[in-house]
Amino acid sequence: MNLNYTAEELAFRDEVRAFLDDKLPADIAAKVKGFRRMSKEDHQRWQKILSAQGWYATHWPTEYGGVEWTPVQKHIWDEESCRYGVPRSVPFGVNMVAPVIIRFGNEEQKQQYLPRILSGEDWWCQGYSEPGAGSDLASLKTRAVRDGDHYVVNGQKTWTTLGQHANMIFCLVRTNTEVKAQEGISFLLIDMNTPGITVRPIITLDGEHEVNEVFFEDVKVPVENRVGEEDKGWTYAKYLLTYERTGLAGIGLSKAALEHLKGVASRRLKNGRPLIEDTTFSQRIAQIEIDLMAASISNLRIIAAVEGGGMPGAESSMLKVRGTEIRQSINDLARRALGPYALPFVEEEMSLDYDGEFLSDKNAAPLAAQYFNNRKLSIFGGSNEIQKNIVTKMILGL
Amino acid sequence: MDFRLNEEQQMLQDTVARLVRGEYSFEKRLEYSETELGFSADFWKQLSELGLTAVPFSEELGGFGGSGVEVQSVMTELGRGLCLEPYLQSVVLGGGLINQAGSDSQKDQWLPGVASGELKVAVGLQEPQSFYNLNDVVTRAEKSADGYVLNGRKAVVIGGHCADLLIVSARTGGDDRDAAGLSLFAIDPGAEGVERRSYPTIDGSRGCDVFLNNVKVGADALLGEDGKAGEIIEYQAGRAIAALCGEAVGAMEEAIKLTLDYLKTRKQFGVPIGKFQVLQHRMVDMSSELEQARSMAILAASVADNEQSDERRRTLAAAKNVIGRAGQFISEQGIQSHGGIGMTWEYSFAHYAKRLVMINHQLGDDDHHLEQFAAMLRAAV
Repeated sequence: MNLNYTAEELAFRDEVRAFLDDKLPADIAAKVKGFRRMSKEDHQRWQKILSAQGWYATHWPTEYGGVEWTPVQKHIWDEESCRYGVPRSVPFGVNMVAPVIIRFGNEEQKQQYLPRILSGEDWWCQGYSEPGAGSDLASLKTRAVRDGDHYVVNGQKTWTTLGQHANMIFCLVRTNTEVKAQEGISFLLIDMNTPGITVRPIITLDGEHEVNEVFFEDVKVPVENRVGEEDKGWTYAKYLLTYERTGLAGIGLSKAALEHLKGVASRRLKNGRPLIEDTTFSQRIAQIEIDLMAASISNLRIIAAVEGGGMPGAESSMLKVRGTEIRQSINDLARRALGPYALPFVEEEMSLDYDGEFLSDKNAAPLAAQYFNNRKLSIFGGSNEIQKNIVTKMILGL
Repeated sequence: MDFRLNEEQQMLQDTVARLVRGEYSFEKRLEYSETELGFSADFWKQLSELGLTAVPFSEELGGFGGSGVEVQSVMTELGRGLCLEPYLQSVVLGGGLINQAGSDSQKDQWLPGVASGELKVAVGLQEPQSFYNLNDVVTRAEKSADGYVLNGRKAVVIGGHCADLLIVSARTGGDDRDAAGLSLFAIDPGAEGVERRSYPTIDGSRGCDVFLNNVKVGADALLGEDGKAGEIIEYQAGRAIAALCGEAVGAMEEAIKLTLDYLKTRKQFGVPIGKFQVLQHRMVDMSSELEQARSMAILAASVADNEQSDERRRTLAAAKNVIGRAGQFISEQGIQSHGGIGMTWEYSFAHYAKRLVMINHQLGDDDHHLEQFAAMLRAAV
């Protein structure tokens, strides 16, 4: 047993730190660390810096411009990213559709789409969930009917994250209604500018516009935009979901959020002393830090197993559940730390350009909203109930 | 023993319920919330016309001396409708402070307006450093030749943005965090030196922080005796806690109804999701939390207007602790039971969730009241 990084891994960590010290724009890091809103331009600016370094596509083989980091290297990158306030890459292109194209796409598709993902020319979004198909994804109803050299697509997708910025969407569509639900699904790549596509915002309870509904009305999609075989899309979809699930535990993000919480709790007062010195509150923080320590080691155990040539299995489902619960408890405490000041919703203070007096703490404005927004963590990426079903079947054999 | 409301109390609650059902659709509530006033002036007027703003006051003021039970009945229905009107701030807390602390002439001056709804009162008891300790007051009121000069800041005064009268606590003696030396002042929000920074709240209401810069008031602005307001503040905050418990129960009942409807109608894997045991048991847990909350709300209402005692203190702390935890549990589990739809602005559930979590941030959260309760437990040993 040896729980330390190797000399090579430590050298890699130094390289990552040197790069971030040098290249991470301060305004972007400040936004990430202060839980401020990221603009499309912020994402694109950082994506270009990463691409120039050759570090954007961590999951891809080198022949397509990827890095091929080891699982431990990816982990180091993730840890350092969270510590420095690196924005999370919008995953739909680089970490979701790209692995599917690389694994199941044809040569033309690889040539056409992969370079445009690397360069940031294409912004992808995900067309999976539908109003009637959430946890039961395979029941999806969006129809694609073959008509000569194209499909005609009709239906509706929902919870499409950042779809308002996207020019491309990958969709699961039903191409066969005669067979079992899972066997009649195909995987289509669709240009969002095709006539018949409408994007409608969904505003969440914190007033944010992050997710959208996407409507398809007689949308013509060339047959060559289908990945792999017709009716075999479910296989590709599941392959993609294993990519989605890794990293959903958000260990690094929880560590950053915990530091942020400690900062707020050391500035807020209770009975004339910093809140963090209060017995009740400090024990609440301590309990989460302890749970996070355990989850972080569980995460490393999975990474080490994958490093040894394994595939992340249902263990990552357990970690997703625990990891999201931990992050939600941190958000809960951050909201609690504000006391009465959890109520004011001072939108102007969420902007980094704000130069007025802060109503309470300089970091207070987004915290209550973030607590509500992050209730999504236990819902998306496969709800925690679905993750538990996976563990029940795959690990416990019940 | 009978836990039911009597006939008059039930009629009162039904009256409010009918009014809310008829006038306070979810869509209208969103509209009211976005106005500068932050609530419906028209609905406030209707509450007044039906005598509801007078409920806790004497007959000569148009009320019937309603106790904690009557006030809670009104608040339960306002909670069910997520109503934004300043009933708690103005009628319960503002009116309560004037009624308990005010001189005869002060009562004559303000209570008719409070009872008729024409005078909206907002109450500033918290400060930036105070967290939930209402004795943690550093705002100073210095005696002057003809009254007092106030300096300081009151935090998160709900309804303060549009109030006609502000009641604030200030220190005329004692050390930081002493109950002794606290005084109450009624001030005109338009007076020189009063500044308000207004904002919406995350649960759809509005409020402000009040900055007091050399605000000169006459001796007649002092509400009650100089330095003796600590007990009055504690007592009236207790009444407000009982009222908030009612609001919370109304909101929880509606949140649970929405969730249950969803479990029965939403289908996945070919069946209503309410057929899944994990969701059934969660729904049971939510319902048990509601029952606990109902019980404590009833208990809180029954002691709200009793003479102050350790038993009253213990009961109100316990009630607010249970309500706070139940509200957060029902909000979080209700969102989870709904999935993404439970988090959308267009669907009412999310707004119930926000209000319920924020009720825990008013007049002390569950941690605060647990500490109060534990302190009394230790003192009794």
